[in-house]
Amino acid sequence: MATVEARQVRKLFGEVRAVDGVDLVTREGEFLVLLGPSGCGKTTLLRMIAGLEQPSSGEILIGGRVVNDLPPRARKIAMVFQSYALYPHMTVFKNIAFPLKAQGVPREEIPKKVEWATALFGIGHLLQRKPRQLSGGERQRVALARAVVREPAVFLLDEPLSNLDAKLRTSARDELQQFQRRLGTTTIYVTHDQIEAMGLGDRIVVMQGGRVRQSGTPTEVYDEPADTFVAEFLGSPPMNIVEAGDVLLGFRPEHFLPKEAQDVAGRYTVLPFRVTRVENLGADRLLYGALEGKLDAVRVIARLPSTLGTAVQAGQRYDFAVREKDLKFFDKRSGLRTSPRPL
Amino acid sequence: MATQELQVEDRARGGWFASLVDRPEWLGPLMIGPAVLYIVLLVGLPFFLALYYSLTDITAGSRTLGFVGLRHFTDIIGTTKFQTALKNTFIFAVGSQVVVIVLASILALAMQRDFRGKWLVRFLILLPWVAPISLGTIGWLWIFDSVYSVINWTLEALGLITQDTWPMWLGKPYLAMISVVGVHVWRLLPLATVILLAGLSSIPQDIHDAAQVDGASFWRHLVQITLPLIRPIMLVATLFGVVFAFTDMIVIFVLTRGGPYDTTQVLATLAFFTGIQGGDLGEGAAIAVFLFPLLLAVAVVFLRVARRSEVV
Repeated sequence: MATVEARQVRKLFGEVRAVDGVDLVTREGEFLVLLGPSGCGKTTLLRMIAGLEQPSSGEILIGGRVVNDLPPRARKIAMVFQSYALYPHMTVFKNIAFPLKAQGVPREEIPKKVEWATALFGIGHLLQRKPRQLSGGERQRVALARAVVREPAVFLLDEPLSNLDAKLRTSARDELQQFQRRLGTTTIYVTHDQIEAMGLGDRIVVMQGGRVRQSGTPTEVYDEPADTFVAEFLGSPPMNIVEAGDVLLGFRPEHFLPKEAQDVAGRYTVLPFRVTRVENLGADRLLYGALEGKLDAVRVIARLPSTLGTAVQAGQRYDFAVREKDLKFFDKRSGLRTSPRPL
Repeated sequence: MATQELQVEDRARGGWFASLVDRPEWLGPLMIGPAVLYIVLLVGLPFFLALYYSLTDITAGSRTLGFVGLRHFTDIIGTTKFQTALKNTFIFAVGSQVVVIVLASILALAMQRDFRGKWLVRFLILLPWVAPISLGTIGWLWIFDSVYSVINWTLEALGLITQDTWPMWLGKPYLAMISVVGVHVWRLLPLATVILLAGLSSIPQDIHDAAQVDGASFWRHLVQITLPLIRPIMLVATLFGVVFAFTDMIVIFVLTRGGPYDTTQVLATLAFFTGIQGGDLGEGAAIAVFLFPLLLAVAVVFLRVARRSEVV
């Protein structure tokens, strides 16, 4: 087991700052998710931790030791790639045995270890197949088994679920978390999918433009976003951001409900809402429309759970409300959170 | 309404050529036609003519020809001249191919990396392929010249040889074979390098990264990952090279004309000297097509193996 630390890590590709001064510390055995849109530098950061890219400046520490000058094989890490990167000419057995052979594990121990790793992912029956004879889900398990087999100190996972179909992804997410909990190995997981990040991470590090925008538990980054980027990146549909005088006002669609549906005891702000379109998604209804009154004509979305029976029709105006504790305030220029103020 | 629609359709259809290329059942044959015509006229016809000649007693001067069956083949097989040429052909082809594949692999691996002046190196590697073969070989004729050889001048200047021990590159049996193999390697190397480079760049970077993370050393990476993955394309490159070496005669014709004492005589040059210069078209043709069944078998085996080891 080990922790991973990045100190002021930068990576320049010519003029482009792919990673721009990232500080990061994992905890022992933690599942840390790097979340961000494509091109935010999360994969580059992961590759620098793996040793596949050299940082332009800054230090990377694994287990308290600076590893900048160590090649990947000396870093005690295992990595799962988005494409799985299985060796196409080798059988599943040989794929999983490859890191063991490379590390000089005694020949007679290899089958035992491979068996252990394949049992962990239920792929024992596939040992003699080649990667091209496997389904996407099976390939992903082989890639995980190959990473697990040599018992690394740190797992690095680069969007390992993005090539699976939606249904498989849900079950794979579950399995991934279970096996990580069981092994207790520090894991850094890169994804652009906020649902994966929310579901898997002990902590989420939200990145954008090569910088860390916020890090915290899933609840923290979702409920208390540090800036408008995090607020809009997490959540589907994203947080409504509305200009209100000299500040930006943010509220989640699921907190924007008909006045009568809000808790009577709580303090809330009423916002008149003209609905222009209703989308029934089964579990929820999405209402698209515009605010009226003080915050004129700003487009917002409301999300009503199907348990809420209130009749809503397109073209009508309703009084909607947001609880005051669900209103987030952001600075207009920097986009950073500021203290609440009366509207 | 109906007439308007028709007009639109007419305009969309364009001329007869446009309508032709819009139809796959015509476009395909149209595109492949020139290639088929080329192969039939310039490869197929001469080939079958040679096959036919090899069974007749045709000579350069005669107007008649008589069918003699396999007599030419049975006649030539017994001669020392033919046996030497056959042996030389194998030495020449296999020897040059082994060197080409080894050197081309090294070059291709080196060219995959980024370094300063890469374009210059790439240009220099491709140069022998771009230059006309006969011109390049004439250049080598001077390089190997018994009096003016730059190789010998250089070796002497370095103090490695003296005036009395100047090697006669094209005049001594072993040296002559080494020289022609060397020049053949020089001209086949660019093609093999480019083919292997294409094969190398088709391996996804992720595979290399995975091997690195998995802890593979340079040699393990090369032998267990990179080489197996380019094996199919390497076989194709070798096949090209082998067929080329078995059938080509320019290098030997320009450098040694099969000499000294037939020690560099290969089947292609022997066929030329017998059939064209000696006038015995029938026997020349028999020598020329002698290896055809073997080459065909080699090609079939190579392509089979290449397909079976197809990896992705």
